[in-house]
Amino acid sequence: MSSNLSKRSLLKLAGWASLAATAALVGCGKKEEAAPAAPEASAAASAAEAVGPLKIAFAYVGPVGDAGWTYAHDQGRLAIEKEFGDKVKTSYVEKVPEGPESERVIRDLVGQGNVLIFGTTFGYMEPMLKVAADNPSVKFEHATGYKSAPNMRTYDARTYEGAYMAGVIAGSMTKSNTLGVVGSIPIPEVIRNINSFTLGAQSVNPKIKTKVVWVNAWFDPPKESEGAQSLLNQGADVLFQNTDSAAVLQTAEKAGKFAFGWDSDMSKFGPKAHLASAVINWGPYYVKATKDALEGTWQTGGVWWGVKEGAIDLVSVSDAVPADVKAKIDTIKAGLKDGSFVIWKGPLLGQDGKEVLAKDAVADDKFLGGVNFYVKGVEGSIPSGK
Amino acid sequence: MTGLTPESLALLIAATLNAGTVVALASLGLLINERAGVLNLGAEGMMLVAAIAGFATGVHTGSDWLGFAAGAAAGAVLAGAFGLLVIWLNTNQYATGLALSLFGAGLSAFVGITYTQQRLPERPHFAIPGLADLPFVGPAFFKQHPLVYLTIALAIGLTWFLMRSRAGLVLRAVGESPESAHALGYAVRPIRLLAVMTGGALCGIAGAYISLVYTPLWVEGMVAGKGWIALALTTFATWRPARVLLGAYLFGGVTMLQFQMQGQGVQIPSQFLTMLPYIATIIVLVLISRNPTWIRINMPASLGKPFHPGA
Repeated sequence: MSSNLSKRSLLKLAGWASLAATAALVGCGKKEEAAPAAPEASAAASAAEAVGPLKIAFAYVGPVGDAGWTYAHDQGRLAIEKEFGDKVKTSYVEKVPEGPESERVIRDLVGQGNVLIFGTTFGYMEPMLKVAADNPSVKFEHATGYKSAPNMRTYDARTYEGAYMAGVIAGSMTKSNTLGVVGSIPIPEVIRNINSFTLGAQSVNPKIKTKVVWVNAWFDPPKESEGAQSLLNQGADVLFQNTDSAAVLQTAEKAGKFAFGWDSDMSKFGPKAHLASAVINWGPYYVKATKDALEGTWQTGGVWWGVKEGAIDLVSVSDAVPADVKAKIDTIKAGLKDGSFVIWKGPLLGQDGKEVLAKDAVADDKFLGGVNFYVKGVEGSIPSGK
Repeated sequence: MTGLTPESLALLIAATLNAGTVVALASLGLLINERAGVLNLGAEGMMLVAAIAGFATGVHTGSDWLGFAAGAAAGAVLAGAFGLLVIWLNTNQYATGLALSLFGAGLSAFVGITYTQQRLPERPHFAIPGLADLPFVGPAFFKQHPLVYLTIALAIGLTWFLMRSRAGLVLRAVGESPESAHALGYAVRPIRLLAVMTGGALCGIAGAYISLVYTPLWVEGMVAGKGWIALALTTFATWRPARVLLGAYLFGGVTMLQFQMQGQGVQIPSQFLTMLPYIATIIVLVLISRNPTWIRINMPASLGKPFHPGA
């Protein structure tokens, strides 16, 4: 069929374009923190010997300077260096596009003699699986995915816990009872965060409505600003984002409204608008994974860390937030730490008012991993092609 | 559409003018380039370098205007280098422009490393006294950054310049038939260089507008394709300033409208809404310029072709 043909040639064209772009970007974006391995030493040999420092590599989807997602991962990498010093050598490649192109980069990292490789975005899942199958002696760690292999472990952070705590503050601070969320890409993780944010807000203010706009990108600052501006125009006075830059916060600052930091502490981007930052602290997990690899106790599986393990926190809470709300946040944090408090607990109603979680039922990780509905109070529909 | 109140409509108009200004400025700059017969695909790179130049200047001086000046200078310098390559050394305009785009992306990322964590000092909000307090039209039209109005003035001025002034005629002649212009004694190459640098300066102001006003921060790659949109818009608008302005506002308007529709919960997949601005702009501009003679008349005949005065 002709439509098939044109689609294919289009894909080819896109492939070439992205290849050219990455060649250029990787060329200038790549930074080596360690001396390159002797070119003769094959990956397997250097892995087997393990006499020198343990070589660890990271593939990042964004630039380290994004002040958000990738920045947080790089802080985790630095935590490894701090903890293990001479015993490890870390390096990273930034701005590796999701999809097939990442396979080449990850293979290259194996070729350089790295024996523990972290891929820090969902879109590396399939490429990493392929490379993992070809290199059984190398250990792979994939963030936010759901497929693993004997030498590939998945790990994630319970970002929704931070979203919930941010919601509690948002619900206390809003005057219009309308919150706005700039969503990135409609996958369960992001939808779960929007829901958790709303649930947090409703826990203190049942009249809360949440408006959502999707920018269909993780990182597009002008578009994030436009989305944020549009939410403000529609009456939202506290904004939240699941995108990677500080654009939403800046937009709120400009308009004299409130917003949150996400992934990293963004308080300096909006001294007046910033209510708190829901941050991911990858350090503890990265240190643990490195320790596993060093001591030979590394095992595959799936790891999901939250407030309890120190992976999620709500930091830099603004002075504008009343003391009783701050105290509430501390209670929630303590509850999440000792397991006495659960966010996703029934009765919970979906957007249409139908019960999604029965009274006193607690959502397990499988349920949380497949959240593809809005809870009651979130407006609009999830773009899913349904 | 539900829930579209006069207030939200006024804010939608304001946001549209704001969003359109970025693309309109860059596109008008490229229009000057192309009217002189030079195609510069490096808009994205120039805008990125100008964005960091403007942002850095803004951080250190606290002045929008110095920031715009720095952005314009950065754009003009890059465009000047591009101009020397393609006009005097006759390198391929497409390849050189693409190279400029990639170079600009890399250079801005490198220079901007220390600026990602910084923020601009507080600057005043703009409003036209008196007019800004009017109901509806005040918030819709009269609370914009001055550059928004200057862009409209620029489009009008440019139309006059190209169609009514002698200098504009020479510029067009250089783009249509450099040989004839040369035979008449006009210095084709310097005129082209001047046009390219002016275009670069305008792209630079557009880039600085993004990092200083539109999304007031610096992150690498933050122009996010607006330079490419401006390039496409110049062509779709058949190299006419008024249509460039119309296309830019249309693009900005549909972008903001689709967010508004998402917020209102309209049952259309957001992926479709996201591509709507592109489709709407293309359709409208194709409809206006569907007359092939018009395109032929307006397209600079020597666009993208090198000129050798000796030949």
